[in-house]
Amino acid sequence: MTELTNLGVKAIRDGVAGGDFTAREVAEAFNAAVAEAAELNAFIVTTPDHALAAADATDAKRAKGEDLGTMGGVPIGMKDLFATRGVQTTAASHILEGFTPEYESTVSQNLWDAGAGMLGKLNLDQFAMGSSNETSYFGNVASPWKKQGTNAAMSPGGSSGGSSSAVAARIAPAATGTDTGGSIRQPAAFTGICGIKPTYGRCSRWGVVAFASSLDQAGPMARSVEDCAIMLEAMAGFDPKDATSLKMEVPAWEAGLSADLKGKTIGIPKEYRMDGTDEEILKSWEQGKEWLRDAGAEIVDISLPHTKYALPAYYIVAPAEASSNLARYDGVRYGLRDLPDGAGLQDMYAATRAAGFGDEVKRRILIGTYVLSAGFYDAYYTQAQKIRTLVAQDYEQAWGECDAILAPTTPTASFPLGSLDKDPLTMYLNDVYAVPASLAGLPAMSVPAMLNGEGLPLGLQIVGKPFDEQGVLNAGLAIQQRAGFEAQPEKWW
Amino acid sequence: MSVTREEVAKIASLARIKMGDAELDTMVPELNNILEWVEQLGEVDCSGVEPMTAVIPNSLRLRDDVVDAIPETGGGRREDVLANAPAAEHGFFGVPKVIE
Ligand SMILES: NC(=O)CC[C@H](N)C(=O)O
Repeated sequence: MTELTNLGVKAIRDGVAGGDFTAREVAEAFNAAVAEAAELNAFIVTTPDHALAAADATDAKRAKGEDLGTMGGVPIGMKDLFATRGVQTTAASHILEGFTPEYESTVSQNLWDAGAGMLGKLNLDQFAMGSSNETSYFGNVASPWKKQGTNAAMSPGGSSGGSSSAVAARIAPAATGTDTGGSIRQPAAFTGICGIKPTYGRCSRWGVVAFASSLDQAGPMARSVEDCAIMLEAMAGFDPKDATSLKMEVPAWEAGLSADLKGKTIGIPKEYRMDGTDEEILKSWEQGKEWLRDAGAEIVDISLPHTKYALPAYYIVAPAEASSNLARYDGVRYGLRDLPDGAGLQDMYAATRAAGFGDEVKRRILIGTYVLSAGFYDAYYTQAQKIRTLVAQDYEQAWGECDAILAPTTPTASFPLGSLDKDPLTMYLNDVYAVPASLAGLPAMSVPAMLNGEGLPLGLQIVGKPFDEQGVLNAGLAIQQRAGFEAQPEKWW
Repeated sequence: MSVTREEVAKIASLARIKMGDAELDTMVPELNNILEWVEQLGEVDCSGVEPMTAVIPNSLRLRDDVVDAIPETGGGRREDVLANAPAAEHGFFGVPKVIE
């Protein structure tokens, strides 16, 4: 029999629907794989019963001949940034430890409605701030990959590092991620899987712990482009509870998949050759052009002149929004309370927040508070929002010349845990290629291209026009078919 | 622009985060590194550029003007709202005394 944990979303869904195996068998296989993989530290809590209950519901529907849903019988991992009713939701922070929502996020509810079940809540960088999964209160997540000939634990990327690690290790067929400035794409690239961030507003933010509200978007992480299309279709949709939700039909992305790119033009931004980018990454980019050309696309050079300013602008806008969003954690309504003896209300706030937030989160809150403070607001925040307009205009210009953009996802492959965490700025540079699309709200995807000379995965990024997830997925599919990325990490956990 | 230790202490107090001397010592150079790096935005000529307000054009909707149009965000959910409070008392959030 096929090893069930090697199957992806589509294979599981179709296999369950076709009676090749039951949803319960699938859930049991993944529950067991999750239980064995504690060393990866990918999950903060596991929910085997949730997965089993959803599986039994799917099996019962099948027995009655009912529709199983587009994710029927597929157990997934849920990033612990999504509120899940009755299941602890922490954003990997101490301040939310023990928080058990009375409500369900729209995206997770959509997935359950489509027939999916939950294996557990996945670890992440605290409040989704980080690029290596080293800022979680619940410990680092290890990538299943190792650099050839070494035994050091490698970073799965961040902030969706539990998601990327679990999917790459085949302890989950797919997982949710969120992407504020690269947190779906960079971890996907580091672990040899796919991940797509849709157009801002496609997926409801209701019930997702907020980091930077004008940037946050949810999306799927899985091992194939098809699986991402299926899962994104289930996650997306208009939600009256989110004021920025797009009131648009969800396209039939799965049915619309086509790797034939004839008549399409792909832009290659000349500014994406920054110092510090690995030679091998640049080579994979060249290879990516060949693959897309082979699929029928025309390749043209384009310019996105403000690329270099996107990252510093992001590090004003995102912390500013974070400092405002995180003001809600005050020890009054939910989460941790630290009330020193004889303390008043203000002391309680300050003590609670000091004890409840990690160092990176504090750094962001302080930066955000500073750039929004009287006297500095215009110099920092307004200037950054102007730069953001310029970055978005760069793309609008580019759409006059191309249908989608091909770029590297990251400047380097994964690095050992503990190697960059002393220097916040160097860590931020991980997202230099991911952040521009976030600032412009555009759909963007990472697909695995190849292994580098050290046996570590490299990803390629496709950025599309607003609402053109289909174009992004199709270019991703063309790369997937030509890259033939089949490499798997060797099991050590 | 760079920030002094006193300024960082002030920002931390505005942000309601208690910080000890050791923490301030590490935070000051870290924040200055980041601020120095974002300074480069000053190079860009932004005259005549509008700051971004909405990343994807979208219009603000009005919800139906009825009570509890969306039950999850409507009223009558006191128990749910208080369920995770560190100190819920008599159906309210409990806090230390604020009036002497
Ligand atoms: N959530 C994210 O997309 C995080 C992006 C980036 N790594 C940051 O730390 O802010």
